[in-house]
Amino acid sequence: MKRTFAPLMLVAMVLFAAAPLMVANAPYEASMGLVQKIFYYHVPSAMVMFLSAFVCGIASAVFLFKRSAAADRWAVAAGELTVAFGLIVLVTGPLWARKAWGVWWQWDARLTMSLLLWMIFVAYLIVRRYGGAGSEKLAAAMALFGMANVPFVYVSVNYWRTIHPKTSVVSTLAPGMRGPFWFCALSFVLLYGLLLVARRRLEEQRYQVEQLHLALDD
Amino acid sequence: MRQFFRVAWIVMRKDLTVEVRSREILYTTVFFAVSCVLVFAFALVREGRPMDDAAAGILWIAIAFAGTLGLGRTFERERHTETLRALMLAPSDRPAIYVGKLLGVLALLAIVEAVLVPLVALLFDAPFARSPLWLVALLAAGTTGFASVGTLFAAMLVRARSRDVLLPVLLYPITIPVIIAGVRGTAALLQTTPDEPMARFWAALLVFFDVVFVTLSLWTFEPLMTE
Repeated sequence: MKRTFAPLMLVAMVLFAAAPLMVANAPYEASMGLVQKIFYYHVPSAMVMFLSAFVCGIASAVFLFKRSAAADRWAVAAGELTVAFGLIVLVTGPLWARKAWGVWWQWDARLTMSLLLWMIFVAYLIVRRYGGAGSEKLAAAMALFGMANVPFVYVSVNYWRTIHPKTSVVSTLAPGMRGPFWFCALSFVLLYGLLLVARRRLEEQRYQVEQLHLALDD
Repeated sequence: MRQFFRVAWIVMRKDLTVEVRSREILYTTVFFAVSCVLVFAFALVREGRPMDDAAAGILWIAIAFAGTLGLGRTFERERHTETLRALMLAPSDRPAIYVGKLLGVLALLAIVEAVLVPLVALLFDAPFARSPLWLVALLAAGTTGFASVGTLFAAMLVRARSRDVLLPVLLYPITIPVIIAGVRGTAALLQTTPDEPMARFWAALLVFFDVVFVTLSLWTFEPLMTE
C-alpha cells in the first residue's frame, strides 16, 4: 500500500486538475444553465459520504464484535471523512438550491436524510473526542445504530413532498454530461480512498507513539 | 428463556421498588415535563388560541425531553450507589438486565405520558379522546423505540465523562424517525376527521423501528458493557 500511495496521489491530483476543464466543456442544462454545474461536485461528494458512512458502520461492527483494534482505526478515519465530505454536500446543496428552487433549504427527504446522517457522524466524533476513556465502544455503537437508522429516516422523511431529483437522474444524463460526471465521481472516490488510508496510518502511528509512551513510563 | 424473563422481571421490580420508596425520578421527570409544556404554551398560544397542529409536536417534544432526563437519572443512581458492577456481576444474561432496565424506564414514561396527554389536550385544545386506541398505540410504540435506544446509550454512558451532555447528543439524531413518526401520526389523529390509515402507517413504521432497535440493542449490550 505504501508503495502505491504516492503514484495514486499523483493520479488523483491530475484527475482533480482536469475535472474543471471537463465540467466547463460539458453542455449546459436547459432550465438551470450554469448553476447546474455544481452537480459534478455535489453528487460525487454525496456518494462518497454515504460510502464512508457504511465503511464506518461496518468497521465499527467488526470492532465491537471481533474486538479488533485495527477495525477501530478504519472506523475513525471513515467517520472523520464522512463529516468532511458531508460538509461539502451540505454547502454545495443549498448554493444550488437557492438558484434552482429559490430557497436555501427544503425539508425534503434526501436533504433531511443527508443532514441527519451528517449529524450522527458529528455526534460520533464528539463522543470520541470528549467521551473520555473507553469512548471508542460508545462511538462504535453510535456508528452502528446510525447505519441501521438510514432506512428509517429515508421512509419517514419520504412521506413529505419530495422535490429533490431522484437518483435515477444519474443513469438518464445527457451524453455530454455523463463523461464529466463519472470522471468527477471517480476522482472523488479515489481521493476518498487515499485520504482514508492516510488517516488510518496516522491513527496507527498515534497508537504506536502512545504505546511507546506507556512503555517508557513503566 | 424463562430464566431470561425472570431476571428481567427482577431487575425491573428492583428499580420500581427503589423508585416507589423515593419517588425521586418520577416527581422530577413529571414536573420537568409539565414545565416543558407550559413553556411551549407561553411561546405558542397567542390571544388564547393555540397554533394549528402544535399539540402533536409539543406532546412528543415533552416526552423526548422528559425521557432523556429519566434515562439519565435511572443509571446515575446505579453509578452513585456503585451498584452497577454488582448488577453486571450477577450470574445471568446481560441482555436480561437490559430488558429489565428498559421495562423500568417504560413504566416511568407511561406515568409521565398519562399526565402529559390530558395536560396538552387541555392547554392546546387537542381532541385526543376521539381515537384513543390509535393514540395509545402510537405512544406505546414510539416510547418503546425511544427508550430502547436511550436505555442502551444511558447504560454505556455511565462510565463516560460528561455523560449528561452526551446522552441527548447521541440520542436525538438516532431517534429522529421516532419523533417524526410520532408527531405525524398524532397530527393525523387530531385532524377534523381523524386520518386513521395515516396513523396506521406511522404506527407500523414505529413497530418496525422497535423490532430493529431492540434486537440491535440486545445484540450489542453484551460487548458494550464488557470492560
